[in-house]
Amino acid sequence: MANDLSCRCRRRLDSGFELDAELRLPLDESPVTVLFGPSGSGKTTLLRLLAGLDRPDDGAIRFRDATWYDGSLRICLPPQQRRAVFLFQDCALFPHLTVAANVDYAAPRETARRLIDVFGLADLADRFPRALSGGQQQRVAVARALAAEPVLLLLDEPLSSLDAAARARMRQDLRRMLLNGGVPSLVVTHDRMEAVALGDWMAVMVDGRIRQAGPVQDVFRHPADAQVAESVGVENVLPAEIVSHHSGLLTVQVGPAQLQCVDSGETGPLVACIRAEDVALTRDSPQLSSVRNRLPGRVLSVIPEGPLARVELDCGVPLVAVITAQSASELHLNPGDALCAVVKTTSVHLTAAPGQR
Amino acid sequence: MDWQAIWLSVRLAVSTTLILLAVGMPLAYWLAFSPHRWKFLVEAVVALPLVLPPTVLGFYVLLAIGPRSPVGAFYGRLTGGMLPFSFQGLLVASVLYSLPFTVQPVASAFAAVDRKLVEASWCLGVSRMATFRRVIVPLALPGIATGAILSFAHTMGEFGVVLMVGGNIAGVTRTVSISIYDQVQGLNYGAAAETSLVLLAVSFTVLALTYALQRRVWAIWPMT
Repeated sequence: MANDLSCRCRRRLDSGFELDAELRLPLDESPVTVLFGPSGSGKTTLLRLLAGLDRPDDGAIRFRDATWYDGSLRICLPPQQRRAVFLFQDCALFPHLTVAANVDYAAPRETARRLIDVFGLADLADRFPRALSGGQQQRVAVARALAAEPVLLLLDEPLSSLDAAARARMRQDLRRMLLNGGVPSLVVTHDRMEAVALGDWMAVMVDGRIRQAGPVQDVFRHPADAQVAESVGVENVLPAEIVSHHSGLLTVQVGPAQLQCVDSGETGPLVACIRAEDVALTRDSPQLSSVRNRLPGRVLSVIPEGPLARVELDCGVPLVAVITAQSASELHLNPGDALCAVVKTTSVHLTAAPGQR
Repeated sequence: MDWQAIWLSVRLAVSTTLILLAVGMPLAYWLAFSPHRWKFLVEAVVALPLVLPPTVLGFYVLLAIGPRSPVGAFYGRLTGGMLPFSFQGLLVASVLYSLPFTVQPVASAFAAVDRKLVEASWCLGVSRMATFRRVIVPLALPGIATGAILSFAHTMGEFGVVLMVGGNIAGVTRTVSISIYDQVQGLNYGAAAETSLVLLAVSFTVLALTYALQRRVWAIWPMT
């Protein structure tokens, strides 16, 4: 229990928004944790409370054996003593200092020099931040943060300032940087692809409250409630391997089945993300339709959810489908039934798999 | 030409500017960053010299530093001298009179520094004092330069306050503007014209320098 971040804090903002978050992160099991939620759910507010940049109204924050904040004991460590480095959305590099001086800012020269080499910044060392691309600024910001030898990194939407192409590329880079840095990280994002690609654990925040926390794929597969399901949006996160690509389409191996999807330029180990609403069910035999992605399987369970029904399937890999209650009754679904899941090519989203779990 | 008066004014203006930088920067920092709800009262007090007639300000300063006031009495015990009608007394008055000319540009320059940069520095483990020195001051340098130069120019030309607090003692409190007034009173228009021209040249040079410096500072300081 000692190697944890535990936090239970409340804070009311002037806007009337109330944050009431309870979170416990096992830092050993989860080098990178994603704090996920729709915009306005209080993710950044919580991150600022953890960093010590804002003060909760009440509660307690403990990191390993240290108490960072305790409302009843009137303890509130300033950011300088927490050493939880906050990485701002736009990197917040010091504009009057060169790249080298930025990395050097709070670190012994030796450490800084080593990080400049590790992050491939040697050629940029004498440049000023405004002469860097978004991705380069990101690298400098992470290097500067690691140079300060933090105990925890707090990243606020780290990839949101990049354009779409750079963002996909930087996801893998960022994950590698965070793992190599050896410092537990908490990454705020509202992008599910980012959550899948970056995190080991994720905590889902809705309306100022942590609604669910756990390993990323568990959260996607078993959302705790309807609001979490709605905000995470993707129930099926399946490991995939590239088999071949042909004229813009990629064929990937998912369990025993092969799926076709649009080639987004991702490489290496991948995961295929499929929303449960995008999985259609049919009892027709596979040959009768021109749809390419068919996964034969068996029904595990059918859970009615108002006008919808949630169907869990075993297609060699676990798969969740959400269909209307009407079609569920027309199909006469019972556990153990054999049927076929159909997924459109454009509904399969590929993203880089978080390696080295 | 009254070189003695010009030299005295320069000495007074330089000392005032240095004291104002030392006093004004912490005050400006507080005004820029404090969330205190009564801050507007302090802002109003700092801005008072902008609207108060110099005679009124001078009158109150005279009372405040006079030998019967606590401040004046304390100064008397400390040094054996008196503040009114001395260079030191003039310095006190000048500092108060030019306070807004330093504090306002510096405070707005501090407030314009991106708050995230300051917080980033704190998170990296750098103390508030060091963050002020290493992030806020370098980024606010054009504003600090403006404040210093405006205070210098404003003190060079002050008249009413000097007359009230310092009087007209050659080499002690007779500044350039008092000297010009004296010369005109004595119908010595030639000397007044010469001294006026010097003051005009100094003011113009100082202002031209301010703008030139600002341009240059903007150019070498990569700010977004």
